[in-house]
Amino acid sequence: MGTIGEAVRRRRGGLRAGAAGRILDFALIAIIAIFLILLGTKVVAQGGSFFLQILTFAVANGGIYALIALGYTMVYGIIELINFAHGDVFAFGAFLSASLLPIFGLREGGTFTAGSVIALLAVFGLTMLSCGILNISIERIAYRPLRHAPRLAPLITAVGVSFFLEGVLFLWKGPSNVHYANIIPNAGFEIFGATIGAKDLLVIGVSIVLVIGLALFVDRTRLGKAMRATAQDRDAALLMGIDIDRTIAATFFIGAILAGAGGTMYGLYYNTSVFDLGFSAGLVAFTAAVFGGIGNIYGAAIGGLVIGMIQSFWDGYFDSAWTQVVIFTILILVLIFRPTGLLGMRVPEK
Amino acid sequence: MTVEVIPPILRVDHVTKRFGGLVAVDDVTFDVKKGEIFALIGPNGAGKTTLFNGITGIFPPTTGRVIFQDREITGAKPHQVATLGIARTFQNIRLFEYMSALDNVRLGQHCRMHAKLWDSLFKTPVERAEERRVSDRAIELLQFVGIERYTHTYARNLPYGSQRRLEIARALATNPALLLLDEPAAGFTPQEKVELMGLVHKIVDNGVTVFLIEHDMKVVMGVSRRIVVLDHGEKIAEGTPEQVRNDQRVIEAYLGKQH
Amino acid sequence: MLRQFWEGGPRRDPNTIAYVVLLVAAIFFPILVNVITGGNSSAIMTIAADAGVYVLLAIGLNVVVGFAGLLDLGYAAFFAIGAYTYAFLASDHMRVTPLGEPIHISFWIVLLIAMFVAASFGVILGAPTLRLRGDYLAIVTLGFGEIVPRVFRNASSWTSGVNGISALDIPSLPLWLQGPWSGDAFAFVTDFKVISSLAYYVIMVILVIICVILVRNLHRSRLGRAWMAVREDEVAAAAMGVNTVAVKLLAFSIGAAFSGFAGTYYAGKLSLVSPENFGFSVSITILVMVVLGGMGNIPGVITGALLIYYVIFVLLQQLPEYAVNFVSSIGLSGLVRSSGDYPGIAEFISRLKFLVFGLILVIVMLVRPQGLLPSRQREQELHKGVHDEPVIEDVTAETT
Repeated sequence: MGTIGEAVRRRRGGLRAGAAGRILDFALIAIIAIFLILLGTKVVAQGGSFFLQILTFAVANGGIYALIALGYTMVYGIIELINFAHGDVFAFGAFLSASLLPIFGLREGGTFTAGSVIALLAVFGLTMLSCGILNISIERIAYRPLRHAPRLAPLITAVGVSFFLEGVLFLWKGPSNVHYANIIPNAGFEIFGATIGAKDLLVIGVSIVLVIGLALFVDRTRLGKAMRATAQDRDAALLMGIDIDRTIAATFFIGAILAGAGGTMYGLYYNTSVFDLGFSAGLVAFTAAVFGGIGNIYGAAIGGLVIGMIQSFWDGYFDSAWTQVVIFTILILVLIFRPTGLLGMRVPEK
Repeated sequence: MTVEVIPPILRVDHVTKRFGGLVAVDDVTFDVKKGEIFALIGPNGAGKTTLFNGITGIFPPTTGRVIFQDREITGAKPHQVATLGIARTFQNIRLFEYMSALDNVRLGQHCRMHAKLWDSLFKTPVERAEERRVSDRAIELLQFVGIERYTHTYARNLPYGSQRRLEIARALATNPALLLLDEPAAGFTPQEKVELMGLVHKIVDNGVTVFLIEHDMKVVMGVSRRIVVLDHGEKIAEGTPEQVRNDQRVIEAYLGKQH
Repeated sequence: MLRQFWEGGPRRDPNTIAYVVLLVAAIFFPILVNVITGGNSSAIMTIAADAGVYVLLAIGLNVVVGFAGLLDLGYAAFFAIGAYTYAFLASDHMRVTPLGEPIHISFWIVLLIAMFVAASFGVILGAPTLRLRGDYLAIVTLGFGEIVPRVFRNASSWTSGVNGISALDIPSLPLWLQGPWSGDAFAFVTDFKVISSLAYYVIMVILVIICVILVRNLHRSRLGRAWMAVREDEVAAAAMGVNTVAVKLLAFSIGAAFSGFAGTYYAGKLSLVSPENFGFSVSITILVMVVLGGMGNIPGVITGALLIYYVIFVLLQQLPEYAVNFVSSIGLSGLVRSSGDYPGIAEFISRLKFLVFGLILVIVMLVRPQGLLPSRQREQELHKGVHDEPVIEDVTAETT
C-alpha cells in the first residue's frame, strides 16, 4: 500500500506542497504574467488617456461589487450559508430606486440642484431600508426555520428565494433591459485626456464611505462585536448572553443595505437594469468574496475591487463576450486551488 | 522499562497536537501491545479524544509519529487508517441514525468489500454473493454484541445502551486488528458497565486488541492490565492499575480536579 | 436461515407499487392518446418523448442531490456537453469548422461517448472541489453552468455560435418491428430511421427503464449505503473506512454521465443544438423536479419530472390563452390589455414561471422537505434533521 506513504506526504505538507503544487503555482503565476504582458502591450498601444479612462470605470465598477460582496461574506461568515438571494436583493435595490427617482422629482434632463441632492439621499435611504427589510424577511421566513436542518435544505431554499425574487422582478418589468433615468449631471474634469465624471466620483466616494463605515461598525459597536463573536463560535456567543437570532438578522440587514446602496449606484452609473441582473452580479460578487477570503470584510472589499477591475479591463481591452467566462473561470480556479482566498487574510478554522 | 516479548501493535511516538495556541496533546509516547486491553485515562480535557482523533487521522498530529503494525500512519486519512485495521467508536455516539442497525453494520464492512461499480450497476453474481456474505456477517455481529432484536430498527430509535453496542458492532465490521473505544461505558448503570466489560473481554478473545478511553477509574482498573494517564495533554503516568493508583501525580490530577 | 430473515419483511421495496403504476401508465399512455385523438397522436407523443429527457435528467440529478446530498447547480452544462458531443460527432457540421472533415458516428455509440465525456468533466470539476465543503460545489457548478453555454456561444468557428448546429444525423436502429401502430403490416425492418414520435417514445421508455434499474441497483448496493452514510455523517463514514471524496465524486460524475446521455438523446431527437437551450433555468428546472418529487426516491423524482414538465411545457403554454378567455367571459376584459408596467393577462401569466419555481423550492423545503413521494429514510432525516455538528465538537468536549 504505497498510497499511504503518498497520502502522508501530501497531508503533512498540506494540499499545496509537493511537486504538483509547485507546478500549479507556477502555472497560475504564468497565466497571470501572460495576462499582464498582453494587457501591458495593449495599454501601451492604445495610450495613457484610454488606460486612465478604463481605470476610472474599473474602480467604480469594483466599488459596486465590493458592496455586494460584503453581504455575501458577512452572511457566510456568520451562518455559513451562501445566500443566493443576495444578488437579487441588489437587483431589487436597482429596480426600486428606479421607481423612487420620479417620486422624488428626479427626472432625466432635469436640473440638478441642492434639493436634488437631498432627494437623492432620500432615494438612497429608502432603497437601503427596503432592501434591509426584504433581506430580514427572507432570513426569517426561509432560512431561520431550517437552521438545524441538513445543510442541503437552506441551500435549496436560498436558490428558491433567489429565483422567486427574479420572478418578481420579471413580473414587474418583463424580460428586456429596463432604462434607468440618467439624473447625475455629466459634469466632470479632464485629467491627461481622460474624463472623470460626477458619476465616477459619486460611486467611488460612496463605496469608500460605506466600506469604512461598516468596518468601524463591526469593529467598535456592541452589535458589531456580537456579530464577530457569533461568527467565531455560536455556542460560546450564546453563553455570553448574545441574542443569536437578533445578531443574525442584523447581519442580513446590514448586508442588504449595502446591496441596496450598490443597486442604486449601479442604476445611476450604468442607467440600465434587467430582471436577472442579480444572478450574474451576485455570482461575480460571490467570486469576489471568496477571492478575498470568505468571512473577511476587508477581503471582500478588496476582492470586489479586484474582480470589478478585472472585469472592466477585460471589457476595455479584450473581447467582452468572454468577460463572464473569464470571471467564472477565476471563480472556479480560486475555489478549487485557493479556497481560503487569494489574499489569504483569514483561514477558516473548520 | 521491562523487556516485553509481545510486539507493539500501535506506537504513539512523541505526538503533539496544537490548536492555535492551545496544546491539547503534549509530546505523548506509549506502546499498545498486541492482544491486550490498554486504557487511556485522565480527567476531562486531558486530551484523550484528541489523541484518538490524531491516531485515526481525523485531526493529524502537529508533530510526532503514529506507527501501526510497523508502518507509519501519521497523517493518513481516516478511511485509510480504517482500511489498515484500526476501528473506533465515538464519545458522543455517531451512528448513521436514519439507517437500520443492519445497514450500519453492513456499512462497516464497506472497506472489506470488493464489488466494483460495474458489479453494483448490474447486480452481478459476485455482488449478490458478497451482499449475502456481508449481511450474514452483520447479523452475526449484531448477535455478538447482543442487539440482534433491533436488526431492522433505525439506529436513532435504539435504546441508548444498544446504540453504544451497535457502534461497537459497526466498528468490528471493519475487521480491525485494533479497536479504539472512546468512553464506551459513558452513561451506563453499574450493571451495564459490568456487561460491557464482559463484551470487551469477548472482543479481545477474538484476537482484536482493545485500546479504550475511560473516565471512570474503577471500570478501567477492572479490565486493563496496562494504563496510561493523561493530564492537560501530558502523560503523567504509565503502568499497571496498582502502579497508577498509587502514583502521586495521578492522585493529584484526579483529586485536584474533582474535590 | 439468516438470509431469509434479512431479505424478507421490512426490507421489501415499498416503491414496488409506484413502479408498477408508472410502468402501466407508460405502456397505456400511447394507446390512450391514440384513442382520444382519433389516431392523430403524433404531436402529443412528441411532447411525451421530450418529457422523457427530463425524466432521465431528474433521475441523474437525484443521484447527486438525493443520494449523495450534493447540490449541483450547473447540471445543464453536462446536458449541453452531451448534446454538442452528438452535434460534433454526427453531422456535416465539422466540415465548416477548422477540422474540415464531417464526422458521422452512430447515435448509439455517441450516447456512450457523451456519457464518458460528461463524466470526465464531472471528475475534473468535482475531484478538487469535493475535498472542500459541500456548498462550495454548488457555487463551482453554478459557475461551470454559466461558462459552458457561453463557450459554445462564443467559440463560433467551432459551434456556429448563436445559430447553433442543425441537421444532425437521425438516429437509426439496426432492427425494428413495424406493426399496426405505425400503420404498417407486421414486419421486421433493418436500419430503421427513427423519425416517428412513437418510435422515440418507445426508445425513451426503454432507456428510462434501463436507467431506473441501474440506479436502483446502485442505491441498494454498497455504494448506495456509502452515499447514505456520507450524507448523514461524513466523519463517521470516513472512520468506518469509506473514502468519502471518492464516493461523492462517483455520485457527481454518475450524475454528469446521465446528463450527457440525456443531452445526446435530446440532440438526436431535435436534430438541432443551440447554446440558448442550456442556461441556468434548465438546471433549476431539473432541481425543482427532484425536490418536488422527493429527493432520494426514484419514482418520486420521475413523478416530479413529469408533473413539472407538464406544467411548463403544456399548461404554461396554454394557460395565457385560457386566462384571456376566462377574464373576458366574466367581463373583466380590461385585464387583457397592457397598461404601464402591466403587460396584460396573457403575458403576465407566461411570466410566472420563475416565481412559481422559486416558491416551489422554498415551500417544499419548509413544509414538506421529503417531497411528494418521499423515500422513507429521507423523510425522517429531513424532518428531524441529522446531527451534523462539525468534528471540532469532540475537541471542545475535551478541552472545555
